[in-house]
Amino acid sequence: MKPDKKVGIYGYGAYVPRYLIENSSIAGVWGKLATPIKSKSFPSIDEDSLTIAYEAARIAIESSKAPRDRIRAVFIGSESKPYAVKPSGTVLVDALGLSNKILSADFEFACKAGTEAIQAVSGLVASGMIDMGLAIGTDTSQGRPGDELEYTAAAGGAAFILSRVSEGVIAEIEASHSYVTDTPDFWRRSEEKYPRHLYRFTGEPAYFHHITSSVTQFMEEYGYKPSDFKYAIFHQPNAKFPQRVAKILGFTREQIMPGLLSPIIGNTYSGATLVGLSNVLDEAQPDDLILLGSFGSGAGSDTFVFRVTDLIEERRARPPLKSFLKRMVTRDYSTYVRYRGKIDM
Amino acid sequence: MTEISDWRKRIERYRFQGSECVKCGARYYPSRIKCIKCGSEEMRDVELPRRGRVVSYTVIYNPPKKFSKYAPYAVALIELVDGTRVLGQLTDVDFDKIRVGMEVEATFRKLYEYGEDGHIVYGTKFRPVVS
Ligand SMILES: [Zn+2]
Repeated sequence: MKPDKKVGIYGYGAYVPRYLIENSSIAGVWGKLATPIKSKSFPSIDEDSLTIAYEAARIAIESSKAPRDRIRAVFIGSESKPYAVKPSGTVLVDALGLSNKILSADFEFACKAGTEAIQAVSGLVASGMIDMGLAIGTDTSQGRPGDELEYTAAAGGAAFILSRVSEGVIAEIEASHSYVTDTPDFWRRSEEKYPRHLYRFTGEPAYFHHITSSVTQFMEEYGYKPSDFKYAIFHQPNAKFPQRVAKILGFTREQIMPGLLSPIIGNTYSGATLVGLSNVLDEAQPDDLILLGSFGSGAGSDTFVFRVTDLIEERRARPPLKSFLKRMVTRDYSTYVRYRGKIDM
Repeated sequence: MTEISDWRKRIERYRFQGSECVKCGARYYPSRIKCIKCGSEEMRDVELPRRGRVVSYTVIYNPPKKFSKYAPYAVALIELVDGTRVLGQLTDVDFDKIRVGMEVEATFRKLYEYGEDGHIVYGTKFRPVVS
């Protein structure tokens, strides 16, 4: 997809909570041997997907000096909303001091809700309905204790302020593409605390089929090839999948490593590709081309291509994601269980 | 406190907004309707600087019931970069690492909630500076 008027990223910010749990300490509790990643992040007892969205959005606004009164949409993608009914954006608008003349909604599409929010804000900005909008991907996801997902379900988020390219952006969106089918690989029913998944669907029919379809259709339609890109970021539910999908599509290790954070912080769900994109923007140079391929269970995939501009240097996220990664501390399973509210009191 | 009075305080808690005496410039958080220093009742809202240093602190082990889920936690007297002194809860910190003079910054967290099915109250806490 390409809007009539070009849209890009005006500012960005990312946040990951301070706490880390090693996969080995989860495995120790449940007597497992093999684990999918090294460690994952988890939120403090006073954090949720909304406070994470706030942190990322405030960094985006302050680092880019985007005028608060010109931001007229805040769309938050998450599968771990603090309220089932009451949009997280309502609190964010007042907390960030944005104008109350604003659109706001929560988006849900498993791990691609954040990139879905980018598509929606792009359309509003391109049409001229709003000057600037915030698209956020944030999650504090949970796996049932002992379940496979408990090793990877993590917390983090990133926020992007989008505007027309003519306003001056740090990265132009050259084009995008979206692909959706009915593939029930992972779901959580209303009123249920933990999700379920079907192993048969998780890999090939879900993750690999959707990302390869979305990226391949995109490259065919717009004439890109893997070697055009300095960076590529793929959804990262574990360490293995993004590396394998990169290989299938013809991307190298060098292209994906800067945006691959799951081995250390885990799968931040709606935050995953967007936290990866933030880490790439923290180091990218003018004219670098970035490909992003998200994945959301259910299932679907969004592909975007961003071209970095000269403005990147003056609007990089402060603090950068690395500062949050550097402050992380490792905690054991008992602290994790308490902070994640897995004990009924 | 009720859910309604908490809601009325949301802007000052969310944005770390205090009050400033128009006559003598003294600043307060939470905000006051009358200046304790000069007695003036002419006060205006002011967004306070987000950085400061710990002046003193204590760890709370037996908090009021609404905070019990979060205990133990540290509360500190913080001197902001403009000299204003505020009382605030510390977060993302290990108690044995807290020091007088430690640099902290405002952050946005859950303060408490009205049970599993009630309002969640958000507001300002302080964490060690991330730069
Ligand atoms: Zn006074």
